[in-house]
Amino acid sequence: MPTSTRSAGTLIFTVANYCFLGIAAALCLFPVLHIVAVSLSSAGPAAANEVVLWPIEFTMSSYSVLVSKASFLTSFGISVERTVLGVALNTTLTLLMGYPLSKTSKELPGRNVYMWMLVFVMLFNAGLVPNYLLIKTLGLIDSIWALVLPSAVPIFNIILVMNFMKMLPREIEEAAYVDGASYWVSWWKLILPLSKPVIATIVLFSFVMHWNSWYDGLIYMNDNKNYPLQTFLYTVIQEQDITSIEQANEATSVNGVTLKAAQIFIAMVPILFLYPFLQKYFTKGIVIGAVKG
Amino acid sequence: MRGAKLGRSWQLHVMMMPGILLVLVFMYGPMPGIVLAFKDFIPTKGIFGSDWVGLETFAYMMDLPDSMQVFWNTLKIAFLKIVFNFPIPIIVAILINEVRKAVFKRTVQTMIYLPHFLSWVILSGIFIDLFSQTGIVNKALGLFGISPIFFMGEPGHFIKLLIATDVWKNFGYSTIIYLAAITGIDDSLYESARIDGANRFKQIWHITLPGLSPIILLVLTLSLGGILDAGFDQVFNMYNPLVWSSSDIIDTYVYRLAIVEANYSLGTAIGLLKSVVGFVLIVTSYLIAKKYSDYTIF
Repeated sequence: MPTSTRSAGTLIFTVANYCFLGIAAALCLFPVLHIVAVSLSSAGPAAANEVVLWPIEFTMSSYSVLVSKASFLTSFGISVERTVLGVALNTTLTLLMGYPLSKTSKELPGRNVYMWMLVFVMLFNAGLVPNYLLIKTLGLIDSIWALVLPSAVPIFNIILVMNFMKMLPREIEEAAYVDGASYWVSWWKLILPLSKPVIATIVLFSFVMHWNSWYDGLIYMNDNKNYPLQTFLYTVIQEQDITSIEQANEATSVNGVTLKAAQIFIAMVPILFLYPFLQKYFTKGIVIGAVKG
Repeated sequence: MRGAKLGRSWQLHVMMMPGILLVLVFMYGPMPGIVLAFKDFIPTKGIFGSDWVGLETFAYMMDLPDSMQVFWNTLKIAFLKIVFNFPIPIIVAILINEVRKAVFKRTVQTMIYLPHFLSWVILSGIFIDLFSQTGIVNKALGLFGISPIFFMGEPGHFIKLLIATDVWKNFGYSTIIYLAAITGIDDSLYESARIDGANRFKQIWHITLPGLSPIILLVLTLSLGGILDAGFDQVFNMYNPLVWSSSDIIDTYVYRLAIVEANYSLGTAIGLLKSVVGFVLIVTSYLIAKKYSDYTIF
């Protein structure tokens, strides 16, 4: 009798657990599917909030309007540019700095000074106004470099790479040193090939950071022609009433709501595309970064 | 051998140089601008030519009713976020761990991590419509006979919306660290518990939770360092003037002061106060974490 009640209890728990997790998972996906459905619906049902998860009066016209919408295409291009430049710079600098910092103070005199320099600015920011004035003083307002250089040294990623390289067996390098290899050779030929998992992690970290950044665009770009996609979307979302009036004339089956949905979805596409890799390496990265004592 | 190593250390310094230069320019470069908090900034005179006013800006800030409101809003939102963001991922991680079907487990994980990677710009674009007065959520509530709730315009409801959507975005991703910790728990503990007749709940209560307690304490301690961080990205993208009374936070206030009203001195002063207090809080939480769970960031 106790065995059967226990298994009944276990069964109820299992069913309830599957239901609960299933609902939680569905809720996470709901907004994404909803926005796709809206973007593929006609203006009328979309504006009346009738679309839930399936398009009503299916049409691709939002997307055909979008491909000829100059402001959207320009900002998409700027986002691609900043992401490519930013990820390249972030990754190079992170790998260059993570390696020396993974050495002891004996091998790298002044290591702890470097470390404190980096950790201090990770925890203490001068604030919005001083940052803005610096970018202005340097003449970087409206320049793509204002979106790339201030975040060029991702300190958290450096710590991640440093911790990863610390865990590599020291013997690997010792043999090379005896053969007279320089640190550069050892870094390039021995350490980097072994660091592929952490490299994938930091590339993805900076990709997501750059692709999703919007605030720097809003502050540092005076001319909205220079807005990256997320900043451009911010203005679209905040000024949707104006947009819907403007767009009403463009095509009868397209209005502000469906066009906005299409733009939101396109902005998600690179993230969704990379998502299988994101899941794999972010999980690894967060474990290397957090659990490592 | 050691002599040879020291002789080569310049190579390591060269590797550090490009990054260190960028850090000096773009992260330390703004620091002198902090003096604006103690000056009456006049653009034509520049940062260093403007007159010193000492702590006048801070005194002025204390007198502004807005600043106090903004300070309390920040604390309230950040505190509520910690209260809800803290336990939910622990519960979900334990529940995921109880799932025996690997396919279901993986699918759930894939789906609940996703929101973490979407920006608040994108999400606000979706949520503002979903939670509008005539939006899908209110339509669904209407099916149960609940009259429309003005989520986006009623200050009290808006805070609940902020907390709920923040939990929605982050709970899945936050389970990762707990799931990793659970895999570190010794399997033989569960085996012997089963032999002793402990059921699922008893195993969770007596083995999983105690096994997680060090990491739970660590996460809680570190999250206290963020008590001044109410989530600028989220609030800035979702709020509107109707809900400023409950949801204007330090960072959104500084943005409007500095960028919209060009009141640089006040913007700098409030930003500085937040940075200093935030710094002290984070360092304190790190020190506590270090003392009690051997946690170090480097």
